[in-house]
Amino acid sequence: MDRKIRVVVAKPGLDGHDRGAKVIARAFRDAGMEVIYTGLRQTPEQIVATAIQEDADAIGISILSGAHEYCFKTIIDLLKEKKADDIIVFGGGVIPETDYPTLLGFGAGAIFGPGTPTTVTIEWLEKAVAEKRAKEAK
Amino acid sequence: MFEQTQLQEVAEGKKAYEAAVAKALVKGPERKENFTTGGGIPLKRTYTPEDVNDVDYSKDLGFPGAYPYTRGVQPTMYRGRFWTMRQYAGFATAEDSNRRYRYLLSQGTTGLSVAFDLPTQIGYDSDDPMAVGECGKVGVAVDSLADAEILFGGIPLDKVSTSMTINAPASVLLSMYIAVAEKQGVPMNALSGTIQNDILKEYIARGTYIFPPKPSMRLITDIFKFCSENIPKWNTISISGYHIREAGSTAIQEVAFTLADGIAYVEAAMKSGQDPNVFGKRLSFFFNAHNDFIEEVAKFRAARKVWARIMKDRFGVTEKGAQTLRFHTQTAGCTLTAQQAENNIVRVAIQTMAAVCGGTQSLHTNSLDEALALPTDKSVRIALRTQQIVAYESGVTNIVDPLAGSYAVEALTKQIEEGAWEYIKKIDELGGMMTAIEKGYPQKNIQDAAYDYQRSIESGDRIIVGVNKFQIEEDMSERKLLKVDASVGVNQIKKLREMKEKRDGVRVKTTLDAVREGAKGDANLMPLILDAVRAYATEGEICGVLREVFGEYKENVVL
Repeated sequence: MDRKIRVVVAKPGLDGHDRGAKVIARAFRDAGMEVIYTGLRQTPEQIVATAIQEDADAIGISILSGAHEYCFKTIIDLLKEKKADDIIVFGGGVIPETDYPTLLGFGAGAIFGPGTPTTVTIEWLEKAVAEKRAKEAK
Repeated sequence: MFEQTQLQEVAEGKKAYEAAVAKALVKGPERKENFTTGGGIPLKRTYTPEDVNDVDYSKDLGFPGAYPYTRGVQPTMYRGRFWTMRQYAGFATAEDSNRRYRYLLSQGTTGLSVAFDLPTQIGYDSDDPMAVGECGKVGVAVDSLADAEILFGGIPLDKVSTSMTINAPASVLLSMYIAVAEKQGVPMNALSGTIQNDILKEYIARGTYIFPPKPSMRLITDIFKFCSENIPKWNTISISGYHIREAGSTAIQEVAFTLADGIAYVEAAMKSGQDPNVFGKRLSFFFNAHNDFIEEVAKFRAARKVWARIMKDRFGVTEKGAQTLRFHTQTAGCTLTAQQAENNIVRVAIQTMAAVCGGTQSLHTNSLDEALALPTDKSVRIALRTQQIVAYESGVTNIVDPLAGSYAVEALTKQIEEGAWEYIKKIDELGGMMTAIEKGYPQKNIQDAAYDYQRSIESGDRIIVGVNKFQIEEDMSERKLLKVDASVGVNQIKKLREMKEKRDGVRVKTTLDAVREGAKGDANLMPLILDAVRAYATEGEICGVLREVFGEYKENVVL
């Protein structure tokens, strides 16, 4: 049987808006995933360390403070540095759509804007993890 | 409220009505099996005198400006003066924000409301490693008095009232405001405004805490005392339900948790030897105006009544000014949609009507683009114009408490009141709000409500126009959004370093040492922090000293 999807839901930086993070964390859990929620004020280093330590498949970043470019870039760079860039990075929050290409360019898998149903994010993540595992199995 | 014969007639009429309803239901069912308010209160099909029969006009409602203030805190309300139109603003540098403030004042806002960036809100200077990427993003970066001087430059602080959304380091920013006023030749006692200074809701819902609860409560009560002696017109706290609601609570929870926070502050201040008849007059509140118009109007009315009872019955307050719940309102950011963002203008207008019919003392209206980014000048202007249209054109401002006596509004007011009392009782049983927070009680309740809300949208039970119904394809890339450039942080750090070169280092050290010693003992910290601010000690330095003595709060993660 497939191992359950393990996902870290992370709140990077100083942003305190955690409604979205907690709602999506619970939705992932209800969808049968194992969820590690970091709590507030996590540095990129802490988030990456948690993801590696927890053997996570993915990191979901929730950010509404406008500091998304810095946070995504730093987290993705750190994962590369630690040779853990098989971990999928995705996110959501108040992020202008015009910034999506930049974040995707850094290596983010997907960005989900306000109003996205949790089911859409769940389906995407299940598919992305399945593809990742299939690739690793080869 | 009604004569027995009237009620009998109503009861008979109701039989006929119910028969008519039954007939109508045979022809076609209603849109839903169960109707509720936006906050989940079950609704009847219609309300009649029977539903408000146990409402005692004199005891439960009273006249506007009279106990229990259900109908408003002033006798004439907006027939005298409109609410303060106060748009929350601040971004990038002090120069940029100062320009926005002057623009808003020139467009008819009547009070300032300062948004600080996250490093400022959490007591970090712009060059702190924790501040990387955050400088100037969600508000203005203020590191020291030098920035505050620019921020309020050319704005007469004796004429404008200023609200500052600052909590954990509220003493530092209030000190900066006082020091800027001094330089303008304005004495402390001429200043009016508000600091948010509400740490409990930071632990519950907003997240910009620094210190653990006990020293945080001390900082707050120190401010209460200092202000009653020196800045009598200053609102020393804005006890906030806004963020509790934004985090997903129901309307009843918003009222209950906010007022339970209020109880904790009153108890702490009384414990420090202060008279609630005095400091009670400067307590102010801050609520959310959500989409369900009738429920929101009832909510504001219920909140006033419950607070008046708390102050009078629980704390024995006799001064009228200390029994009244005066509040600021902000329209609900969480109701704004990124999809078809122009529709947000309409949502904000409905929410504005609710706040005004609910008797708010001041109001911020959100801009249509805030689900996407910080608002542009144009969208801020539309938001302000929305208030002005309600004020000058809608007519609801010509009658005090215009919806009073509506069977539905009175019934809901009572239901919200009763619901709030139940939560307050539960929190009392847990040992008060501070213990309840440690146990995760309000957090868990809010999260459950938030999750239910999301699920009701996804099941289609709750329709959000443009999101789960009436969607269109949109090209969002053409939208003009305000963006704060990364160079803001670089320049701010440069400015900070230059300021540090110029200041008197010895004076900085002496005043910071005094803050440290004061924190270790039980001196009122306000005058000590004010001295450090005058010496151009930075916010990060002052909070750093306090962190040394007080330690830092660690979030109790509840999921």
